[in-house]
Amino acid sequence: MSILVKDLTKIYGSQKAIDTLDFKVNKGEIVGFLGPNGAGKTTTMKILTCFMPPTTGTAEVCGYDVLKNSKDVRNVIGYLPEHNPLYKEMYVKEYLSFVADILSIPNARVQIKDMIEQVGLGVEQHKKISSLSKGYRQRVGLAQALLNNPEVLILDEPTSGLDPNQLVEIRQLIKNFGKEKTVIFSSHIMQEVQALCDRVIILNRGKIIANDPIEKLQQRVKGNRVLHLVFEREVNPAVFKGIDGVDKVTSVNPVSLELVMDSESDIRPAIFKKVVDSGLVLLEMKQDEASVENIFQELTYDA
Amino acid sequence: MAYIVIGLFLIITGLFMWVFTDTSILEYNYAGLEQLFSIGPMIFLFLIPAITMRSFAEEYQQGTIEFLFTKPVTDWQIVLGKFFANWTLVLLAILPTLIYYYSVYQLGSPKGNLDSGAIIGSYVGLTFLAGSFVAIGLFASTLTNNQIIAFLLAIFLCFIMHWAFNFISTLPIFVGRVDDIVDKIGINHHYISISNGAINSRDIIYFLSVIFFFLLLTVSSLNRRKW
Repeated sequence: MSILVKDLTKIYGSQKAIDTLDFKVNKGEIVGFLGPNGAGKTTTMKILTCFMPPTTGTAEVCGYDVLKNSKDVRNVIGYLPEHNPLYKEMYVKEYLSFVADILSIPNARVQIKDMIEQVGLGVEQHKKISSLSKGYRQRVGLAQALLNNPEVLILDEPTSGLDPNQLVEIRQLIKNFGKEKTVIFSSHIMQEVQALCDRVIILNRGKIIANDPIEKLQQRVKGNRVLHLVFEREVNPAVFKGIDGVDKVTSVNPVSLELVMDSESDIRPAIFKKVVDSGLVLLEMKQDEASVENIFQELTYDA
Repeated sequence: MAYIVIGLFLIITGLFMWVFTDTSILEYNYAGLEQLFSIGPMIFLFLIPAITMRSFAEEYQQGTIEFLFTKPVTDWQIVLGKFFANWTLVLLAILPTLIYYYSVYQLGSPKGNLDSGAIIGSYVGLTFLAGSFVAIGLFASTLTNNQIIAFLLAIFLCFIMHWAFNFISTLPIFVGRVDDIVDKIGINHHYISISNGAINSRDIIYFLSVIFFFLLLTVSSLNRRKW
């Protein structure tokens, strides 16, 4: 068990930032933290990395308690905080050897060289951090977090503010690392979570509202599946109302319809038959899979 | 930053010692370094807070404190690291003033006619004074994430610790031996005592206690901000 969180609560003043969280992360899993701003993602991470203590409850990383064995916890984690704080007046290599010193890494020079290679800092390695672009700074931040070859990697919005190319590269890095190690990362970008994670934990207002593998989440919100139909001529929505599994029919414009399905079974064959029987000409039929985005909106939307 | 601090320190002491006629050794007619040691605390009062102000204030401002606190190091390691780094920097600024000692030694009539014991004592005093001011400055820097406020707070605290007790002790409310005790709480009393050339353990222990006390405050202040 890499991470074990029990009844974790953090109260700032009178506000509950996180409220009795319970979750586990197994060794080798990549888990995505999702949630709107202020949901408690960063707070949870700050507790797991021993930056702040919980108000009540316990958190363990690799069997070490964050309060009792704080130094052991900090030894086995790599952490990239939100906004990626760096000593900007330092040079890249200078900074990394400072980090290596703090972590008392043996054979630091070789390790740093490897790390620079691994995160793709090669061309920029002789520059000052302040003169690096955001993408390269993010790599320095990652290098810093990975330098002690941590068991658990905790990344707070590692890809925010990057351009699409950098995004792909940083994700690849995370994915490579996640093959052997445990990774927790938070993100606002749904596709990213879908592409990287084995499992998603969705937080809202300090509570866990979903903790499932992606496929399971998609099933959870099956009501969200929508079938789009486009016809050659005007069509009467009533034609499709009687079919089994069709929950609601709305006409988007005279020639196209949206069918909301309430069952998991595939109703497309039935729809097609109906189209043929009614003598209509179908131009397009498209089914929306529930994306993490839909799930996210559905679960965190407060009416 | 470091070079600027060292440079300024040397320029200011150099001016006082050799150029300004009111305090210049050349006008003073005695071979000694009293000027250096009497203006030392005044210069440190501004210079050391300028060095220490960023120690923690900037870490909080930039968010790098989160980086430090989540690495496997203890708070004491962080504080002592910063303490010795800052102290070393100040000592490096004092080091070149040994040239003044050499110059005055050569200029004495007859040559070498100066109180070396008092000068050694004064250097020891200056070293410990710097250590105390650095510890105070570090503490001030943990109280805010604004460097200017840290700077002003440090000046204020250094002033209180160095001079205020001496001034207060002259108030008529302290009768009998109480004024003496109040005076001894301040740094000035011990600094002067060491500068006279009598390096005694009481003064050394006093300085070490002041340094330890403020480092302890620094560590607990860091802890409080975590909670």
